[in-house]
Amino acid sequence: MNARPALRGGLRVDSHKARPLEQPIATLPPPAFAVLALDQGSGEPAQAIVTPGTPVRVGTPIAIGRGAAADLHSPVSGTVSAVESRPTVAGTGPCVVVANDGGNERDSGLAPLDWITLDPAVLVERLASGGLAGLGGAAFPTAGKLALARAAGVEWLLVNGAECEPWICCDDALMRERAAEVVLGTRVLRAACGAARATIALEDDKPEARAVLASALAASGDDRIELVVLPAVYPLGAEGLLIAAVTGREVPRGALPPEVGVLCQNVGTAAGVARLVTEGLPLLSRVVTVTGGGVRRPMNLEARIGTPVADLVAACGGYDELRPPVRLVAGGSLTGRALASDAVAVTKGLNCVLVATAADLPGRGAEMPCIRCGDCATTCPIGLLPQQLHRAAMADDAAALERFGLADCIECGCCDYVCPSGIPLTARFHAARERQQLHEAGRRRAAEAKQRYERHRRRLDEQVEAERRAFEEARRRARGDGAGGA
Amino acid sequence: MEFPVSPSPHVVAGFTVPRVMFQVLLALVPVLAVQVYLFGPGPLGLVATASATALGCEALALALRRRSSQAALRDGSVLVTAALLALSVPPLLPWWLMVFGTAFAVLIGKHAYGGLGQNPFNPAMVGYAVLLVSFPLEMTRWPLPGPPWDALTGATALDAIANGLRQGYTMEEVRAGAGFGAIGAAGGEWVNLAALAGGAYLLARRIIRWHIPVGMLAGLAVPAALAHGLDPGAHPGALFHLASGAAMLGAFFIATDPVSAATSDRGRLIYGAGIGVLTWIIRSWGGYPDGVAFAVLLMNLTVPLLDRGTVPRIHGQPGR
Repeated sequence: MNARPALRGGLRVDSHKARPLEQPIATLPPPAFAVLALDQGSGEPAQAIVTPGTPVRVGTPIAIGRGAAADLHSPVSGTVSAVESRPTVAGTGPCVVVANDGGNERDSGLAPLDWITLDPAVLVERLASGGLAGLGGAAFPTAGKLALARAAGVEWLLVNGAECEPWICCDDALMRERAAEVVLGTRVLRAACGAARATIALEDDKPEARAVLASALAASGDDRIELVVLPAVYPLGAEGLLIAAVTGREVPRGALPPEVGVLCQNVGTAAGVARLVTEGLPLLSRVVTVTGGGVRRPMNLEARIGTPVADLVAACGGYDELRPPVRLVAGGSLTGRALASDAVAVTKGLNCVLVATAADLPGRGAEMPCIRCGDCATTCPIGLLPQQLHRAAMADDAAALERFGLADCIECGCCDYVCPSGIPLTARFHAARERQQLHEAGRRRAAEAKQRYERHRRRLDEQVEAERRAFEEARRRARGDGAGGA
Repeated sequence: MEFPVSPSPHVVAGFTVPRVMFQVLLALVPVLAVQVYLFGPGPLGLVATASATALGCEALALALRRRSSQAALRDGSVLVTAALLALSVPPLLPWWLMVFGTAFAVLIGKHAYGGLGQNPFNPAMVGYAVLLVSFPLEMTRWPLPGPPWDALTGATALDAIANGLRQGYTMEEVRAGAGFGAIGAAGGEWVNLAALAGGAYLLARRIIRWHIPVGMLAGLAVPAALAHGLDPGAHPGALFHLASGAAMLGAFFIATDPVSAATSDRGRLIYGAGIGVLTWIIRSWGGYPDGVAFAVLLMNLTVPLLDRGTVPRIHGQPGR
């Protein structure tokens, strides 16, 4: 449907998605201990409202969201055994640990919703209390996004099934098996954000998902939703790039999609919304791809939030001794985060566990000087010149970093992938960004101190001025009195 | 279970600088083969001499700079410099001039600026320019193609046109001379064809991209065609220019040296076009027979400006 290319640059690489998709999604039993990181992947922790000893049921709220954090619910019934810092997918952070009593008793707090007659504002409220968050990886609260979109008056809902990164296939599996839920969730989200139209976008390497989605759409009879098929090229599924490919609109730097009239949600989130509406269930589980050459039976698992990654690997036959893993990656091979241990637990943002062998991850050789070949610029999907940006990063040249668009880099890793000199460009850009943030924080502190000092000076000046005026007033009065007396 | 960690991305394609350089060397084989066929074993000796000199100078420079020479000697970049220089000079150049030119290219053209990736000028062309201005006689004596391989014409076809027209000969008279072939210089047209074939291979393997060659060939051909159309008696046509001198070698192998070229697509198009136009100007009015080397060096000077002025539009930002 689009005449212009969907994406400039990008990578067409082996997707490694076939093996886990050979079998249906398997449901993992609830863990003995659910470890619930208060930061579920958005970078901001929720506020715990339980203490060790608090009894909980399935669906009992255990932490309240704020800002970029969504509400968090217990995925099992039992007792809170600890609220403490533990290793998490994101590093180390506060976690609520719930000891499972095996009862699987549901909290009575939530009931199914009649979404068609419901006031959208109430629906947003319910999505918030259901803990819905972006399941594409960002884990940003769905209710927060919806509220923003409603305020901005978006006209286009985009449901993202363009799962483009190699190895990850949980969305593909979900679309194949729960197309009706995806469609229902899309209808609910469209109504909730007030958009006139909705588009479910996926790539042309997912024909099975496309077929079932098309028939689910037809069955729903909702003619305001269309299905768009895009070429399978990484990183087309990145929010800003997908919006541009489908709508032709580009989200400006520092802005959010609602500013160009678009709301973007992941297909897994849509399915979660459907479950909340039909069953009253908060977000308690998600589909995770467990894959890589180092695991015996790669597959997609429906796992409760808080299930240790080690349990997921065990459910897939465990580590393959013949092909020892060299990395355990949360996410895909290009943007995933290397985990130090499999003791960390599933979060709302965890889409894939890649148990990678050396053969899965052909590494780079020794780093060589940049020869300015420009392959990085050719592949950069947002049109940066990584070779120039790298020079600026090495020189810590803030003006050049700004000019060459450090702030626009989406850290997709395409430039690293093609660099013949083996330069870790993405890591360097990330570090440069962190340095800038540090400088920025320092500048802010200095500015605040300056402001405090200036206010202090002004108060002193005012005090002096007031005293002077009082003194003069007193003198004038004294003089006046004297004159009157003369 | 515990695992080591590292920053993303965790996988790379495995392209390497040595692979790029050896592909370029491979693509130069047809040029060498045609030169040997036309001019005898001289070019082979020159390539060998230049390569040995280049490796020796690279090792020396790295030792002086206290850098490990292992990876650098194996990356192949210095061999590309040597091969380009050896294939640009006349086949009967004395070996000691080859040694001098190569040493200058590697020591001054490359390492004085910091080695691989740092040189603002194309090292091979630095070597070529130094040889040309220092030893103009030896550098402009090209042999006639075919055995006995030591008959010196004393001038190239480009030279012959410049001198002939200046001395009052007509274009037809000049081009009837011994140094001319069907469309360009005798022999030179075959060398250019071989370079075109090698360049096509590099394009197909995505070692180089089209912007610089297309820019340069258009920059050379368009003014040549216009001038020829206005005054055929004073200006040879576009085809002659494309098939003479170092046109194809320059377009596909020399101007495409990424280190000293502009780096954005638009910048590269302008950079290539500039080399083409300057080559045509130097050929038409300059004192030197071929202008490719000087055109490349002059455009090298403009690269910082081109890089600054041709930053592409970033996604989500208004056009520049």
